[in-house]
Amino acid sequence: MRVVAHRLIVAGCTVVGLALVYAVVNVQGPAPDLALAVSGALAESGVSHPVTAVLLNFRAYDTLLEVAVMLVAPLVAAALPTTAPAPAKPTNDPVLQALAAVAVPLALLLAIYLLLIGASRSGGAFHAAAVLAGALVLLQLATGRSLPAWLTPTRQQPLLILGLALFCAVGWLSLLLGGYFLGYPPAWAGVMILVIESGLTLSLALALWRLMP
Amino acid sequence: MTSALGYAIAGALLVAMGLAAMLLHHHLVRRLIAFNIMGGGVFLVLLGLAPGHGEQADPVAQALILTGIVVAVAATGLALALARRLHQAGGDVRLDHPSSREDDDDQK
Repeated sequence: MRVVAHRLIVAGCTVVGLALVYAVVNVQGPAPDLALAVSGALAESGVSHPVTAVLLNFRAYDTLLEVAVMLVAPLVAAALPTTAPAPAKPTNDPVLQALAAVAVPLALLLAIYLLLIGASRSGGAFHAAAVLAGALVLLQLATGRSLPAWLTPTRQQPLLILGLALFCAVGWLSLLLGGYFLGYPPAWAGVMILVIESGLTLSLALALWRLMP
Repeated sequence: MTSALGYAIAGALLVAMGLAAMLLHHHLVRRLIAFNIMGGGVFLVLLGLAPGHGEQADPVAQALILTGIVVAVAATGLALALARRLHQAGGDVRLDHPSSREDDDDQK
């Protein structure tokens, strides 16, 4: 019975795959050329990298809601009742500790570089946050501790919300300045995007870190 | 056939493979990996079908995929936390009924 069910599943998924390939090959009509639209409006976006301009300016609503998801996920994970808190286990591995001593400061530097370079090249808050969270994980694995002791989960909450709060604040500020929500005035767009991305880097790194079991 | 279309076709195949793996496996971590493979396939389709200008891919598609990757990471992290909680509660990470566990993944 199970064998039949498995064969049915494999056959069904093969059909689905072939149908998807057929659909992908036979997409009708030219897609609207959004790359041209983006490069046309790039001058007033405040940044010179098209992907950053789309993420933080033209489609900032998407990113705002994405940041909200990144806030909700660690909060829900923290709300799960755990039977025992995960004990911090330092490995005492000299190789890992030597690696952490070199790699963590470099990762911090790289995160700042990625944050600042996002305006003109590939980079930005999400990349920087991933590197930062990776440095925290390495520190935790090598030494058994990462965040300072006074930064308890309760005290982390303002930092976790910082990115989304800054994003909303800048959105409303641009509304007050005569534009619309998240429609930054071109003269201020560069500064506003940097402020948002700086907050996002800290909040997203903390969110990623807290999602690590 | 352009290379972009090749990416889109590979993405479609990845979606089908991930779907099959998700239905065939009962272990939640395996299902999570299958879910991520499906997601990767969707991203490949998105990028492969977006109109590109030579080397430069469509920035809107890139931004959408970046958003998707971050949301997928958040969903994966949350799912892992849930799976770990399930493991703590019952010592198992499968969702099927206990009586059907004898002939499961390992004996396929």
